[in-house]
Parts: sequence; structure tokens; C-alpha cells
Amino acid sequence: MTTIDLGMPGAGTFGVPHLHEDEAPLNKKELASDMEPRWCAGCGDYSILAAVQGFLPELGLKRENIVFVSGIGCSSRFPFYMNTYGVHSIHGRAPAIATGLATARQDLSVWVVTGDGDALSIGGNHLIHAMRRNVNLKILLFNNKIYGLTKGQYSPTSEFGKVTKSSPYGSVDRPFNPVSLALGSEATFVARTMDTDRKHLTSVLRAAAEHRGTALVEIYQNCPIFNDGAYELLKDRDEAEARVVHLEDGQPVRVGTDKLVARGDAGELMVVDAEGADMSRVVVHDAGADDPSMAFQLSRLDDPTMAHIPMGIFRNVAQPTYEDLVHAQIDGVVNAAGGSATDADLGALLMGNDTWTVAD
Amino acid sequence: MSIKPVESLDSVVIRFAGDSGDGMQLTGDRFTSETAALGNDLSTLPNYPAEIRAPQGTLLGVSSFQLHFADHHVLTPGDAPDVLVAMNPAALKANLGDLPRGATIIVNTDEFTKRNLAKVGYAVSPVEDGSLESYHLHPLRLTSLTVDALADFDLSRKDKERSKNMFALGLLSWLYTRPTTGTEQFLKNKFGSKPDILEANLAALNAGFNYGETTEDFAVTYEIAPAKMQGGAYRNIVGNTALAYGLVAAAHRSGLQLAMGAYPITPATDILHVLAKLKRFGVITMQVEDEIAGVGTAIGASYGGALGVTATSGPGVALKSEAIGLAVMLELPLVIVDVQRGGPSTGLPTKTEQSDLLQAMYGRNGESPCAIIAPQSPGDCFNAAFEAVEMATTYRTPVFVLSDGYLANGSEPWLIPDVAKLPQIDIDFTTEPNDVDANGEPVFHPYLRDPETLARPWTLPGTAGLEHVIGGIEKADITGALSYDPNNHDKMVRLRQAKIDGIAKSLPDLLVDDPSGDAGVLILGWGSTYGPIAEAVRLVRKDGINVAQAHLRHLNPFPPNLGEVLARYERVIVPEMNLGQLSILLRAKYLVDVESYTQVRGLPFTSIELAAVLSKATANLSGATR
Repeated sequence: MTTIDLGMPGAGTFGVPHLHEDEAPLNKKELASDMEPRWCAGCGDYSILAAVQGFLPELGLKRENIVFVSGIGCSSRFPFYMNTYGVHSIHGRAPAIATGLATARQDLSVWVVTGDGDALSIGGNHLIHAMRRNVNLKILLFNNKIYGLTKGQYSPTSEFGKVTKSSPYGSVDRPFNPVSLALGSEATFVARTMDTDRKHLTSVLRAAAEHRGTALVEIYQNCPIFNDGAYELLKDRDEAEARVVHLEDGQPVRVGTDKLVARGDAGELMVVDAEGADMSRVVVHDAGADDPSMAFQLSRLDDPTMAHIPMGIFRNVAQPTYEDLVHAQIDGVVNAAGGSATDADLGALLMGNDTWTVAD
Repeated sequence: MSIKPVESLDSVVIRFAGDSGDGMQLTGDRFTSETAALGNDLSTLPNYPAEIRAPQGTLLGVSSFQLHFADHHVLTPGDAPDVLVAMNPAALKANLGDLPRGATIIVNTDEFTKRNLAKVGYAVSPVEDGSLESYHLHPLRLTSLTVDALADFDLSRKDKERSKNMFALGLLSWLYTRPTTGTEQFLKNKFGSKPDILEANLAALNAGFNYGETTEDFAVTYEIAPAKMQGGAYRNIVGNTALAYGLVAAAHRSGLQLAMGAYPITPATDILHVLAKLKRFGVITMQVEDEIAGVGTAIGASYGGALGVTATSGPGVALKSEAIGLAVMLELPLVIVDVQRGGPSTGLPTKTEQSDLLQAMYGRNGESPCAIIAPQSPGDCFNAAFEAVEMATTYRTPVFVLSDGYLANGSEPWLIPDVAKLPQIDIDFTTEPNDVDANGEPVFHPYLRDPETLARPWTLPGTAGLEHVIGGIEKADITGALSYDPNNHDKMVRLRQAKIDGIAKSLPDLLVDDPSGDAGVLILGWGSTYGPIAEAVRLVRKDGINVAQAHLRHLNPFPPNLGEVLARYERVIVPEMNLGQLSILLRAKYLVDVESYTQVRGLPFTSIELAAVLSKATANLSGATR
């Protein structure tokens, strides 16, 4: 149906005006607005902002063709700190607004910045539908497992039993795993990274930007005020090494240095010692697999105790985007009719097929 | 030419009624088309159940289509039918109460079985017990006549029975001397790929026509002379189609791409259906996950420089409220079509009501003014939609179009507009800095307003050098920066209100139809009540009573002379299909004690009812003005 080459490098920004070769690339400073960020001291949002501002120039885009759309929450202040176009909209609705914008304007690189409450509670419906449609949006989901802007209530990613101001006896809600949810929605690009790992964060953002279609990037982000230490285990090098499940395309799925992920007898996934492992059962990561089932299984290795935490790109498959298909249908009809509609075409539409004339 | 005597009538109201699976809407549509082709003026009203297929033969499942046609200007689908075609006992029972004595009833007696009679509580068939004596009753075995006529066809009995609506249409076409050629062509287009079904329908149509000619049941045939109408090309059009075409025409005239976000909802869905087909005109339709996404995608599209539109009904507007408030804050063009239906909650999804006026006016958090336009007839939905686009783009504001179920599905002959005469809509995107800073350097201020319209710049992403962020948090005047300053908020709230109020300067004065010039009573309506009100006014004037009539198309802001008009009359009667929402606005704004007359039966007013209200009102005047 569509003729866009989905495999090409930089397909994610195909059709978005780039700077000329002889123009100086953007620099980080130019991408920072003159507004002083107003997050709390030590907030993980600062490092994500720095990573985004640092990496965006690589795309070679014109600044004016970049738009950040957000909802409500701490993370949603993000557009104010970017010297690009932006919309700070209403709670949960950023994916819907961004869908309209991206569909109307294929010459824009559209980014959605959202949090666990914004994306998964009040805006859950828009999020899953943006992903299933494969709108060309880069969705950065800052997950701090808490409501920060409203000062500390449990969120849809808070662990079961979480004690907060609104759950003094412990939360009785079971949490979402955002990656599982995204894979269940058949998002074409799903990844997880972390605010403090600048290198990993940047590499994931780069891959997301190159992907044409919805890219859902869950970013573990620490809230130092209301949920400090949520990811403390991952900040300790040794602890992290023991827990992180490394998702590298084409590579056996490794946990730390001495463990691997393998299939059990019933097809379940388990973490086994690398030494003596049955290599025929070891999972080799295939982010490009059309079927998201294995990626989903990998996402389930995660559990509330954070014994194993898969990080990296779970899924990265090429599929036509929503707006490419929308415009292919319109262009098909318009081109077949010989170009844009004229007054005569409008006249024929209004006239219809069943008319009569009354004499003056 | 009929061999039977021909009698001339000036107007007829026919109601086709049957089970919702009997094809009554199609039969009505075809009769309407035949009638339009003859040059009668007309108005139609479909009335169908909310259930797609309610239990067969029950009162709940009755679907009907009413058509009023005449040799003069027709304003309503008619108060009471002159002719009822009832395809089963339920259709008879559900509609009998609306028939005046002396009306003609054609019933399909094949369906008057013991079982069907029992379903609607008839112990004895009303066709046989004499209870219909005061009507002209034509009991016809419509089903068997149809099956007999199709004896030679290799079709199942069930398929043959399906053509009974065409038999009925043929008979009615003969009775009112309508040509069937248009219907024949229609059937050929519809069933071109199923030749046996096509031939059966054509045969049934013909058999019905010939039956009228030969049976002794019908002694005369009727003709209705063409109405005097303004010269030009006409078509029949329903409100939802006219509304969709108005949006497309305005997009075409403005050079904007029409982008609609919508979620299916009765009775607005047909607007989405019509627009989804119009890819020829570059129309983007996004059927999205919910009502909120419908307006969200439209806002996103408008931000990107398209013409963002969403269409829904009352429950959908309720869901969209917060996002409409965002559009008020962003000051971007947005058209919200509300095809009103019976409420609250799910209410009466397929019935009409005017009960969303206050929702459109006030149904958002904060001081959140939107412009409101209401069409007055099915064809007028085109003009209202076109005007809404002009207003939304000129003032960079959400504009409501308040249609309703009656306009959406009702039809009338429509004088097809001359495309060349549709006004141009000039869109002025801001692409350069629009101000200077303290040092005299050029700068872009996204909330620097046009002094005339108070509209802010419409600046699209992709415009180099004008990068900025907009959002739902209060803006500083002029610069658009975030602002929590108390005085700034006070100023911005007043500015947004002043912008909407200021639209009044561009509105035409409200026209008052007061031929005698000395009426003491003004009847003032809005939206779809125009037809019944105008017909009621015509009726009382025939009796020599002077009344003035005016009809509001602009509900927010009101036309500039409205206060002066209201003050001119001793009594002002305001009929509405709600509990007096316009009356509340009028009393609040003009301190005039208008008299509210309301009903919420899910059906339009009858002109007889309104004429009685007017007669009573004029009888009680102080005497200075009569």
C-alpha cells in the first residue's frame, strides 16, 4: 500500500527537512530554551533533558521542524525547556494531540514526553491506540513509579503494597509493566533505559529516532522527593550487573557476566548459569521478530523485587505508519483524479446524482 | 395517464411505518426523490428505534418515515399524516394516535396474524372490529400480492417478501402520480450485481403501480402541482450531509486541509461517513479511540495548520469538554459539531432535542467562552458549517455548530449553491516576527493580538525563528510566557471573553418578520424549531392575528440588535425543545421576561401546537398592540 522504504537509515525522520550539509549542526545550547528548568534538585528529569538536548543535533533536523508535545505532570514540563515548537497540553492527551499533528504534518519530528501517571492512568487509552496505529511518534515515558506533581500518591507502576499518602495501608493495585503493555499493543519499537545511564539512554533514543513508527521508550527515572531510591539497585554497579538483562540484537540474552536467559521445558524463560548452559535453549535476542511473543516473555522477567531487569530494545520492526497509510489513500484518490480538487469538483459534489431544475 | 379520475391537492403528509427491517426508510427516501423530481416543495422526518433490530413485530421495533409535500413552501414534515402506510399491527398501533379522523390508512393485512396482533396487545384485529371506521381504511394483502407478482421468479419466498416495500412504493407512486423512473434507476445502481433481486424489485414496484390502476380499492388518484420555488438546480439533502459538505466547501475555499477526529455516535456519525469518502478533497478522517481523542487529534491538526474538526452528540461534548477548554486557551481554530439528541446521559439517542445549548455555552471549567452557531433547516447546515469555519479561522477560537437529530436526518430540497459565489476564506499564517523587543530587535509574540478581532497569530511548527511553546497554563498577555500573575490572569480571562463578544460586530442584525408592523407578540426561536415556528406563524396570520417572528442563528455572541428587538415587543415567546435554556440566557443578558414554551418529547414541535400558543398569547395582550 505504501511505497516508503521502511528499512532505510534515518527512516524515522524521512520527509522532515534537514539542515543543509554546509549549515552548522544544532548544538545543545541552541536547543535549550531560556527558561530555567524548575524540577526538584536531583530529579532524574534533568539528566534526560540533557541527554535529549545532547543527542538531538545528531539527527541533522531543522530546529523548527521538531515538536515536543506533553500532557500534565513533572515530566510534561519538558517542552518549556526545549527551544523547539511545543505544546504543554492536558492530562493524558498528548498522544492524541500528537497523532493529529503528525497526521496533518509529516514534515515534523514529533516527540511525546509523558510520565507513568499521564501515560498509563488518565491517558492509557490514547497511549495504547497510538501504539497499535503506529503513528510516527517518539514517546518518552518517564517512569518514577509515583505521582510527583500532586505530591506523592501511588501510580499505575507503583509496586503492590506501596505506602503513600493515598495508600496509607499499602496500595492494593497491581502495577502495569509499561513494556509488556506496549508489546501487548504491538508497538513497533519498544525499549527500556535509565536516566542515569547516559550512554545507554542516548543509544536507545537514537534508535527510537531512526525508527519510523511509534517508539515507546520507558525511562526509569528517579523522583528524589516522593519515591527516592526506586532504582537504587540499578545505580550500584555490582547490583546492576547482577540484575540487568542485556537485550542486544542478535546476541544471547545475558544477565550480568555469568548468566544467560534460556527456555525451560514448558517454554518458560529462566535465568541459568552460562557455564554448562544448553546453548540450544539459550534465547538469542531478535528485536526484529515480527511476532512480539518472545519480546513479551522477556519483559515478564521483570518482577517487583527487580531480580532481573531487561534493558534495551525489546522490539524494533518495520511496519507502515498510520499517517503514511492515511496520506497514501488520499494521494491515491487525488492523483487518480488528476490533482487537487477544483471548483468544478466541488460543484459536482454539491450537485450529487439526483437533481432537478426549477425555472426562474 | 391514469384512467381513473384525478383530484388536485395542495399538500399531503404521508407516513410510511413498519418493522425496522421492512425497509421503510428506503421507501420514504425513494418517494421523496420522486416527489422532489416533480417540483413539489417538501420536508421529511425519519423516526427510527435506537435498536438496530428490535424484536420483530413489537412497538419498540417500529420505524417510520414521514414526508410532507406541497404546491407551496413547506416548512415542516407535517404535524399529522394524511396517509399512514402500516406494514404490521405494531406500525398501526404506534402511529394511529397521530392520525386525524378521516385520514387514509393502508395496512398490510398479511401481517395481521394472531401472533402479531397479540404482540402489541390487540385481542381482535382492528381492521375487522370496526374500530377504524372513521378512517379511510385500505386493507391490502401486500405481502401475498408481492409474492404473487413474483411467482415466476426463482427466488425463495423470503426474498420475494422482501420486495413488499417496493410494491407499497409503486402503489403510493400511482396514488399520487409520481414517476417511478428515478426509483428504477436507483434500483439498477443498487442491485446491478444481483440481477434476479433487481428484476424482482422492479417487478414488485410495477405490480404495485398497476395494482392501483386496476383495483377497485382506490377510486381516484391525486396530483399535487409543483411549488413556486426560487429558480435553480435543486437536490434533496439531509442535514448531516449538508453539514459535511459545508465543512469541505469551507476547507476548499480557505485552502486548508480538513482534518476530522471523531468517534462514532448517533446521530452525528453520518458526518464522519460522508467525510471519510471525500479523499478527493484531501479530507483526513481519523476514527479514533474515544471522544477525547476525537477533539485531541483535531486540536493537534489545527496546531499543525489544518482545519481541525470534530463531530459528536451531547455525551461526546461532555467528554471533550476539557480539551475544548484547552483549545480556548491555545486560541486555535476548531469546529465542534454537536448533533444534539435527547439527554441526559444516553437519553434518547435517535431522537431530537435542543438541550446542549448551555453545555456549549458553559460546559467547561473556568471562564471558557466559545462561539455558537445553530442551523435552522437541513440545507442550512451547509451555511452554518461554512460560517463556523470562517469564524474559527478568523478569531482563532473553537466554534460550536449546534445541529440536532431532526436536522441531521431530516431532508428538504436544497438550492445547490454556486461554488463561484462561495466567499473566499483568507488564512493569514504568521511567518515573521510581529513585534520588537526593548532593544528594538524584531521578536515574535504568540499572544500579540490583532487589534480588530483580538485573534492571536496562527503560527505553524516548521516556521523558522518563531519557535515557541503553547499550552493550557495561563499565558502572559502578548508574550505567551507562563504566567501565574493575578492581574495578568484577570486580563487574559477578560480578553478571551472580549474576543468572543467582539464577534458580534461582524454579525448581521437579527431580522424580524413583522409584516403588519404592529404585532405585540414576538416568537423567537433558534436552530431546528424554525420550520414549526414559521408554519405556526403562517397559520395564525391566516386568522388575521399579527405576530412577529425572529430566529436566532448566532447564540454566542448574540446579534448586536437583539436587546433592542426584545424590548420592542410586549410579549416574547421562546419555544425550545429543552426546559428553557435560551430563555435563561436572554433573561440573564437583557433582563427581559421572555415566556418560555418547552417540550422534550424527542420530536419536533407541531405547528398546530405553536399556533395555539401564539393565539393565546395575542389574546392576552394589554390591548395597545393586537
